[in-house]
This record gives sequence, structure tokens and C-alpha cells, in this order.
Amino acid sequence: MSSTLLRTVPALRGAVRASGALKPASALASTSFVRSKATLPDLPYDYGALEPYISGKIMELHHKKHHQTYVNGLNSALDTIAEAESKGDFTKAASMAPLLNFHGGGHLNHSLFWENLAAASREGGGEPDGALKKAIDSDFGSFDNFRKQMNTALAGIQGSGWAWLVKDKTSGTLGLVTRANQDPVTGPYAPLMGIDAWEHAYYLQYENRKAEYFDAIWNVINWKTVASRFDKA
Amino acid sequence: MVNISSLWQYLALQSPLQSMSGEQFNITKMGLTTYSLPQLPYAYDALEPHISAQIMQLHHSKHHQAYVTNLNKALESHVAAVAANDIASQIALQQAIKFNGGGHINHSLFWKNLAPAGSDETSLSAAKDLVTAIESTWGSFDNFKKTFSAILLSIQGSGWGWLVREGGQQGGLRIVTTKDQDPVVGGDIVIFGVDMWEHAYYLQYLNGKAAYVENIWNVINWKTAGERFLGTSSSDNMPEL
Ligand SMILES: [Fe+2]
Ligand SMILES: [Fe+2]
Repeated sequence: MSSTLLRTVPALRGAVRASGALKPASALASTSFVRSKATLPDLPYDYGALEPYISGKIMELHHKKHHQTYVNGLNSALDTIAEAESKGDFTKAASMAPLLNFHGGGHLNHSLFWENLAAASREGGGEPDGALKKAIDSDFGSFDNFRKQMNTALAGIQGSGWAWLVKDKTSGTLGLVTRANQDPVTGPYAPLMGIDAWEHAYYLQYENRKAEYFDAIWNVINWKTVASRFDKA
Repeated sequence: MVNISSLWQYLALQSPLQSMSGEQFNITKMGLTTYSLPQLPYAYDALEPHISAQIMQLHHSKHHQAYVTNLNKALESHVAAVAANDIASQIALQQAIKFNGGGHINHSLFWKNLAPAGSDETSLSAAKDLVTAIESTWGSFDNFKKTFSAILLSIQGSGWGWLVREGGQQGGLRIVTTKDQDPVVGGDIVIFGVDMWEHAYYLQYLNGKAAYVENIWNVINWKTAGERFLGTSSSDNMPEL
């Protein structure tokens, strides 16, 4: 399961970067010009695994329909760009940047999201320990403080978007960022943990009561995944 | 970008419109206008089967109410910040005023440009001049519908699609989108709008937003749209910016 992710995510990072530079993602692919298609990664758990905090129906639609739409949109944007490039039509290729950002970001964000969630009966919930806990305590004062700040950031998103715990790769410090729509986390920030604040992520279960969703999701955060991202970043 | 001072003006000018239906606003002792949730001009289930009663009820009594409540809060804080000569707080509040003020304006326009399917209001014959202008702009009504629908479906994230009369009562027709709760500003006159936030359709259509867009055409209030086009709308005399 996670091998699917590992295959698609690096290809995607290349693709997202290509939106600026208009270069094929071939630098990252082992076989030079055969561009691999992004594919929908399997969830590392069942659709019902995050109940009662996130309903099975939400998970199924979110993964099978919404995420799939981003995967399809990304592949179609990449096809259009490759075709335009092959004809030397760089204006056309460049005009695809917003779609590439939206669908590429949607694919990347959801891939990261699924992996930083887990069933409450398994790795989900609780609090981080070790080096990650230390970093959170030193950069946010305490875990409780961090949680409060993250929920405030989520509640403050006006429209669709995401909130992320990030590590600034230049300073090594942790921070919180929000991103509109499907804008991916880039630049000096390594995304460690993301929460989807689009209405589709909670509406069937929580309707307009999004604060309840933002409270509930802490029961299914996979701190093991977050810690391993922290160690690698 | 929305010009904040235009929005201010817009919100200030909204009062005469709001007074149409009675207790829509109150002048407090500080001279601050507070806004309240306008009543829907139809029952929650009136737009069935195209928009479910559950959606309408949540959308109106929860979502729209939240914009009104948070707009009033932001305006109240803003008055206090002005009184205290606190410029930093005034600036910090502008985003909340724009978002919640926009949410209030947009939903107020939206409710009034919808009507029960099959009613006289949803007949194109209720907007002859507007339909003629649409046909001359897009070649045919069908082509307009197709174009408008495609633009609605291309919105990335939350937002609205609008048919506007560009630049004022003499202007041509144009389709525009605004993100999140940004209102239409800059002198364009809203003819009708469609809410493309997920909360507008998700409980009924799930991820199938194309079906929502297809069905919304059954409940567009062409009478209101036609009156806004001609500038004769009595029911919602939205002021120009
Ligand atoms: Fe999502
Ligand atoms: Fe809405």
C-alpha cells in the first residue's frame, strides 16, 4: 500500500515543480522520458477505520471520488503540457500552471493526509513523543497550545483549504501554515501533518459544525507518520 | 481584489433595501447598523427536488446566519477600534468584514434569484428583455447556459458564479466568478448568482456537482433576474457600488 504512495509522490513532487520550470519530471524518473501516470494510492486502512470520528461514507467518497478526480485532472494536465511541449507551444504549456497546481496539489495533499491519519484503536490519537514532542513543546509551548493554534488556524480558513504542521528546513523549527484550495506546501517547508478543511471532508457527518470536526480529528492523527516525516525533513 | 471602501459603502447602502422587509436592521445607540438574517421568500422545501429542504434549511439558518452574526461582531469591533484610534485593529478586521459582509450580500442575492420550479418566476417569459440580451451576447440561450455551467464547474475551491451587467445599468452582460465570499463589486450589477461552495449541494449531490449545476437552471428566478437587468427590481434594490 505505501509502496503505491512512494511511487506516486516523488513523481508528483517533480510534476509540481515542473509547473514553474516547465521541465519534465524525468530527473526523478529512472527511465528517462517515459512519464509515469499518477495513480490513486490505496488507503492504509479501511474506509470505516476512522469511525466514529470520520464516517466511512465520507472516507469512501473522499478517497474514491474526490482524490480520484485530482489524480485524473493531474494526468490530463500533464498530458496537455507534454503535448504542448512537444510542439514547442510553451504558451499553451504555461497556461496549464493553475490546473497543474490545483490537481497536482490535490493529489499530493490527499496522499499526505491519508497517511497522517490512523484508526483510534491503532496508531491514531494520543500525543507525539520523542524528538517530535520536544520540538512541539519548544516551538509551541506545549502540545495543548499547538492543538489550539492549529484549530484556530483551521477555523480561520475562509473558503476551502488546508492547515499544516510544517518544519522549516532552513531553521529546523516547526510552524503552522494554511493553504487555500489545493495549493501544496512548498518552499522551505516540509509538510509533517495536514488537515483537510474543505467542506467535503466533514459535511456529511458534521454539516456546518466544522469546529466539531476539527476537535474530533485529533483522535485519528497518526503521530508515528508525523514523527517519521519530522525525522526525515 | 475587492476594494474595502467599496464594500463599506455597499454595506452602508444596504440599509434601505433591508428595511423593505421590516426588522432587517437596527441602529444601535452608537449609530452602528446591525444586520439580521433576511427571511427566505419561499419555504425551505420549495426548491425540491432540485435543492433539498435539508440543504436550504442549513444553508439559510446556519451558514447565512453565521455570516450575519460574524459581520455584526466584526463591525462592532471596528467601531470600537475607530473610537480608540486603533488603526492596527481596524486593518486586522477588514478581512473579517469583507468575508462575512460578502457572505451576507451574496446569500441575500442568491435566495432572491431562486424560485420554485414550474412557478411563473422560473419561466423565461418573465425576463424577455434579458433573454434577448443574453441571446445577442452568446448567440443562443443554450450556448449561454452551457458557457455559464462550464464556468461554474471550473471554479477551484469555494466561490460563486455570476451573470452581471458590467459597469452599471448601460453595460453589457458578462459571466464572472468570485472566490470564497468575495462579492461582486466595481459597479457591476448582479443579475443572478450561483453558490458553488460544497455546502450548497453536498448533502444531496455529494461529489456530483455537475448534476447540481444542471438542476439549478430549473429554479432560477427569471423574474427577479429580468428586473435586476432593467433596474426595476423592487424586491431587492441592491445598490450600485
Ligand atoms: Fe479533500
Ligand atoms: Fe453558501
